[in-house]
Amino acid sequence: MKMMKLTCLLAFTLAVVLAATGCRNHRPVGVTPLPRGAGSTIPEASPGPTLAGDQNAGGGPLANIEDINGMAADRTALAGYTVHFAYDSAAVRKSEKANVQAAADALSRDSSTKLLIEGNCDERGTEEYNRSLGERRALAVRKELVKRGLDPTRVFTKSYGKDRPVDSGHDESAWAKNRRDDFVLLHPKSGS
Amino acid sequence: MKKRFLNSIKICLPVFFATAAIHFSRGQEEIQIQKQINVPGQTKPIPVALEGFSGEVADVLKFDLYVQGFSFVAPDAAQYQISGTVAGSVQGRVVDRVAKSTMLSRSYTGASLRRQAHAFSDDIVQAITGKKGIGQTKIAFKAQAANGNGEIYVADFDGHNAQSVTHDNTIVAAPAWVPGRLALYYDSYKLDNPDVWYHNLTTGQRHIVARYSGSNISPAVSPDGSKVAMILSKNGSPDVWVGDADGSNLKQLTATPEDESSPCWSPDGQWICFATRVSERRVLAKVPAGGGAIQRIPTAGAPNPTEPDWSPDGKWIAFTSQTAGFDICVVPADGGAPTVLVQGEDPSWSPNSRTLIFARRTGGHYVLSVLDVFTKQVKDIARISGNDSQPGWAR
Repeated sequence: MKMMKLTCLLAFTLAVVLAATGCRNHRPVGVTPLPRGAGSTIPEASPGPTLAGDQNAGGGPLANIEDINGMAADRTALAGYTVHFAYDSAAVRKSEKANVQAAADALSRDSSTKLLIEGNCDERGTEEYNRSLGERRALAVRKELVKRGLDPTRVFTKSYGKDRPVDSGHDESAWAKNRRDDFVLLHPKSGS
Repeated sequence: MKKRFLNSIKICLPVFFATAAIHFSRGQEEIQIQKQINVPGQTKPIPVALEGFSGEVADVLKFDLYVQGFSFVAPDAAQYQISGTVAGSVQGRVVDRVAKSTMLSRSYTGASLRRQAHAFSDDIVQAITGKKGIGQTKIAFKAQAANGNGEIYVADFDGHNAQSVTHDNTIVAAPAWVPGRLALYYDSYKLDNPDVWYHNLTTGQRHIVARYSGSNISPAVSPDGSKVAMILSKNGSPDVWVGDADGSNLKQLTATPEDESSPCWSPDGQWICFATRVSERRVLAKVPAGGGAIQRIPTAGAPNPTEPDWSPDGKWIAFTSQTAGFDICVVPADGGAPTVLVQGEDPSWSPNSRTLIFARRTGGHYVLSVLDVFTKQVKDIARISGNDSQPGWAR
């Protein structure tokens, strides 16, 4: 029995010594071949589809997104009526209602026109958060227009998040200008 | 005598294996102990000595190991000695100075020295921590020009070997990998509206997944790749929707007047976590991926949470907290107190659930950084443009 224990101990010691000797052998024991080149090469992007039909086939109160393609954008007509927002808010303030009314009037004057509301944010929120907040700002003004009796399918919304500031400064005066909805009046393109 | 000796070997072998098993379980114990002390932001780095490497290989090893929780010390203070040579190709070994054993001895051939160094760093991490390293992983991100337009890029996790996958000169956002595939979903304004696109990086083929009136943004692919969660405003408010991978069979999961953003999936595919607002306060919430009641995810102490990302091991949700600035935080997915780690935004987990890549603001621009969650060791990665953000880690 004592002999067995001794043999056990010997066998174990031998294993440990073998392992330890292996450690002094500086030749690598494994070889890892790697593929040629720095990695896979990404091919050029395909141009992507041309404008397809609206997937929102159910209709409803939303504008058909592809209808905007037949329209020419007029960014100057309502440039003086930009709607501004408080920090982190999509509420349309009383002080802004006259600007909303100006957009409503423009649409009422010419039934062939449509409107694109572009929602924007200051740089302080996180990126995708701002993209959602900008959309909510555009939708809030759209709601105001619908309240004034305008056909909702004439009004498009688009959020730029914080990607299209009018003032690139990093202070409250810049931020206040950037928290806004811009109005883009859409006229039918001649011939369409 | 001979027979007796053989018998003793027969008896001895099981004993030897038992010893080995004890050693193995000791190893397990050590790992468990490490797990216990692996508290986000409070774990001590593993001290290693790095000898014999130079140039790019040394740079890669230092970067990879630093952002995976290793620190570099003098040889006599090191727990592990990492040594080797760079003679045309990388040869390296790791010696456990405490147990006095060689844990790894390997040479690398082919590809670039850089890639060989990453492969060696992966083997080091595997040998010492038992976890798969991040050295050979990929990221996607957005590189933005001063005019707000940008392109989607794919790169090694350290920012090297970056390649532009789009050339559209438009606003792009939120690249998200299809798990296990060379394919991305992202947001692009190429057709003059924020639409969700699918892009196969092997063939270059891409198609639109969601293009409805309003916002089609923030895609997130389910762990099995069969579904995509997105923010769509087609029902009058930015809500969480889920559809099949091609955008069909859409189902609306939230119907709040608030602005939901940044959906992400639990690794079991059962939940979608997102940012929303309750009583004018920003919160994180989750909803069953098949639809159901929305549940809050408490983040008390880390206000204004957005941009959640669920760790692949299911344990943590990383997110951005906004106060005067922005902080990267983690909170246990099952509830518990959040930990504020470092300044930054938009965290994305590595495949091994240990490292985060995130965007950090500096002088009005973003740079990408990687963060070892447990030691808080952090380093900026190589820059592509003056403004790199919205990183997504391939996993």
